[in-house]
Amino acid sequence: MKAAIYYKTKKFAVNTIIHLFLISVAITCLYPLLWMIVSSLKTQDMIFKDISLIPHQFRLENYIRAWQEGGFGRNFLNSILYTSSVVFGIVIISSMAAYAFSRLRFPGSKWLFIMFMAAMMIPIPGSFVALYVLLNKLHLRNTPIGYILCMINVGLSTSIFLLKTFFDKMPKELEDAARIDGCSKLGIWWHVALPLAKPVLAVVIVFNALTVWNEYILALIIFDNRQFMPLQVALQTFQGEFVTNYPLLMAGLTITALPIIIVYLLMQKYIVKGVTQGAVVG
Amino acid sequence: MKIKEALENYTFVLPAAAIFSVFYVIPFIWVFQLGLFEWDGISFTRTFVGLQNFKEIFFQDKSWWQAMWNASYITLIALTFQNILAFMLAWACDREIKMKNFYRVIFFIPPVLSEVVVGMAWRFIINDIDGANIINRTLTGMGMPNLVHNWLSDPNTALTTVALVHCWKGFGWGFLIFLAGLQTIPRELYEAARVDGASAWQSFRKITLPLMVPVMVLVAILTVLGTMQVFVLIVSLVGGEFAGHTSVPVLRILASMRGSSRFGYACAQGITFGMVLIAISFIQYRFSKKARQ
Amino acid sequence: MLIRSVVLSVFALFSVLGCSNQKIDSKPTITVWHWMTDRDSAFQALAKKYESLTGIRVNFELYAPSDAYSQKIRAAAQGTNLPDIFGILGEKRDFASFIKAGHILDITSYMEADNSAWKNKLFPKALAVNEFAPGNSYGINPGIFGVPIDIMTIQMVYNKKLFGQLGLNPNRPPKTFQEFLDIGNKIKAAGMQGLVSGWGEVWMIDCLANNYAFNIMGKDKVLATIRGEVPYTDPDWIRVFSIFKQMQESGVLAKGIVTMINKSAEQLFANEKAVFAFNGSWCVNVYKGMNPNLEYGAMLPPAASDKYPISIWGGAGSSFMVNARSKNKGEAVKFLAWLTDQDQQAYLAKETNNLPANKNSLSKIPEILAQFARGMDYATHPNIWGVSEFSLVIEAFDRGIQSIIIGERTPEQVAGEVQSIKERELAKKRAR
Repeated sequence: MKAAIYYKTKKFAVNTIIHLFLISVAITCLYPLLWMIVSSLKTQDMIFKDISLIPHQFRLENYIRAWQEGGFGRNFLNSILYTSSVVFGIVIISSMAAYAFSRLRFPGSKWLFIMFMAAMMIPIPGSFVALYVLLNKLHLRNTPIGYILCMINVGLSTSIFLLKTFFDKMPKELEDAARIDGCSKLGIWWHVALPLAKPVLAVVIVFNALTVWNEYILALIIFDNRQFMPLQVALQTFQGEFVTNYPLLMAGLTITALPIIIVYLLMQKYIVKGVTQGAVVG
Repeated sequence: MKIKEALENYTFVLPAAAIFSVFYVIPFIWVFQLGLFEWDGISFTRTFVGLQNFKEIFFQDKSWWQAMWNASYITLIALTFQNILAFMLAWACDREIKMKNFYRVIFFIPPVLSEVVVGMAWRFIINDIDGANIINRTLTGMGMPNLVHNWLSDPNTALTTVALVHCWKGFGWGFLIFLAGLQTIPRELYEAARVDGASAWQSFRKITLPLMVPVMVLVAILTVLGTMQVFVLIVSLVGGEFAGHTSVPVLRILASMRGSSRFGYACAQGITFGMVLIAISFIQYRFSKKARQ
Repeated sequence: MLIRSVVLSVFALFSVLGCSNQKIDSKPTITVWHWMTDRDSAFQALAKKYESLTGIRVNFELYAPSDAYSQKIRAAAQGTNLPDIFGILGEKRDFASFIKAGHILDITSYMEADNSAWKNKLFPKALAVNEFAPGNSYGINPGIFGVPIDIMTIQMVYNKKLFGQLGLNPNRPPKTFQEFLDIGNKIKAAGMQGLVSGWGEVWMIDCLANNYAFNIMGKDKVLATIRGEVPYTDPDWIRVFSIFKQMQESGVLAKGIVTMINKSAEQLFANEKAVFAFNGSWCVNVYKGMNPNLEYGAMLPPAASDKYPISIWGGAGSSFMVNARSKNKGEAVKFLAWLTDQDQQAYLAKETNNLPANKNSLSKIPEILAQFARGMDYATHPNIWGVSEFSLVIEAFDRGIQSIIIGERTPEQVAGEVQSIKERELAKKRAR
């Protein structure tokens, strides 16, 4: 009896400590988010005068103005198009490559993998100019397809690295069974390996979605046409060279952060659920 | 037959290799070549200088190596503090604990926020005159007013403060990958251990840690790459290199490229930087192989 | 087979001819790439007006932030895809490289047509930034290569209300450096914050240091130093460095100024948390947005010596260049001439609170802007000196001043370090 009480109190104490720890970290994470949202509801002259986190002003029209003045409509759609096609491309291309590096044998595989890894590490300082000249020669400059291909390349190495690490960890038995059933290699990759890799695929999706969603410099350089620009470029207008319109900037930032948070909310379920299911089968 | 199989296997890497060779290798060769030239980034002519740029980096450019050292310092803090924090949080959220879904969402907010917001919000928290000054007020409240000072403009604390904000911004990624890794560990293993009478600590050491080594290596390498290339956050926190105290390699490269219009030199710096990163990652990889055996 | 290809090529020829006929009919569209977020709507309105006047469409395209804009210009220059009108952000050296690569049209003849009618409308100092004088060190044929669309000066501003609280006369800003330091002591005693400025982004340090260099040793000696004839270890230069040490010690500098971002500095001054600010004339628009009731005045940096007058940085704020490879260069030049005409300049000044580049448009601007405009008499700028310092030397110079302010190095140490880098760069230049 006594032991049971001791055990219970100990468990309670441990849980309390864990919660305290988690909550304190959570507060620091929530603070800038709240600050951003509260600031987006203020007026320009109040934003640095009234520093409390409790909003005294509710200027929801800031959001409407940000949307209209930033010309968000078109750019929002562009961003969604770029993000989804780049992420889709990366998931397919990098998971195929990572699967090959992890499971299949072919001459030069090790060297090719090392090259991808090296690419991940060497930053190319002048790459914008280089990419510009390259796209110009390929007649892909000022086209969405050129931008998408460049962005796929940006996420490729890291995604291959992430996926390969997890493929290496995964049990091979299921794949062997599928092979005996007469599945082709592509079939195994699609029907067996990818479903098992759901959690890490979710990480890859979130990681690349965030990169593409936040990119604007390359877009600004290669597009000469406002109608191709992604959302982040529109956002830069509020962050003027001299005058920054803080409420509109914060409203715009909140609007742009939202889709990524939604993507994460959708994906984090797979990070948790997907694997437990897979692992049970394995 | 064997050739046919190899060809079949090649098709898996073909799309990746094709995009990679057009959009990475070609620009890379261009940059590598430029490292041997003197070029202002504008004119159509450039002067070949051989290894002169590299010589200057290695033997004269003290501020470059100071920047390297600063970046390594931030990376060291990120590798230890940030990753331990991320691992602990992931481990806590992997257990059956209340509100774990809530935490999982919250911890990913910092990576999502733009650097502009992070810089402004943290300047607000840290700064003396234009902000809430939360940290200094807390210190005074806790009876330690002698610790109060300008965290961002004191050369002794500026880099560490920047590093800690960077860790705060980045731990969400480590958290996510660790969580994904922890979730792949079959629950039966833990149950079997408990049946055998192992304590929580023992099963953590005997099951969790060894199975997580590859994921830790992955996170470590990604942390090194992400942290060594940090710069936007630094600009938004302290405006730039602060007399060298917060300078980092990417800021140096940008200074050569834009400030001084020394494009060729910037390329040489980029290549040197990449080589150092490759060396570090290789060492990490070797270490992890040993650790696993 | 043969017949078919002949028919096809005739068709092709027709369609080409048809196309070119149409092109002659329609008027050209002028494309302008700019980076000025705060002026975009005013530009769009002016473009509309121009189209209704002349039938020529002007397409203003905004690419911000300016950092990315300047990369875009450089990339486009590599692919020779520059628009009809664009701006160059950077130093005179970069400007010269663009001219040498054949990207920029020499507009001297347009400016000097009709007895220099166009040229005479503009502030000479604003034009000087876009001008290459005979015998310049960049090897460019003398001429004018850009059109200033506004001007700016960088000066100090002071808060009148806080001046009153300190027991000072709100209409009498400090004239001498000693007065300035005395106010610093008062600020320190009152627990207020003194001067704020974006000294984390070092170029503004460079600017103030140059102001005092001109004040202490005069223009000729500064230029002689840049040419390598006077060392930075000269006592006059050490005095320039010491200015910053004295300011720090007196308490006239706000806390944390060395890592301050100009946007934070602007918030502080606008919200009356700092007595002084060192900022450009664009600040009028910024302060107006943040605190419309702010009472402040502009002043020259207080002189540290009476040997030479104090100088401030000023000149063209933003300039536009015409693409020498453009098909529409004639039309583009005409448009810029229209843009810098009196009415358009007055409109731009009114809408965006920037100082007009046209001398005749100054009459109707607010008093505080007029104070900044009067500073033009004292204005100078590195881009009009005809020589430029090595960027590594400038970097060491600015970093050194940051170290002086935080008490890490003495003015003498910094002078020595700057000079050794200067000598290294000079030796490198001679070896070439």
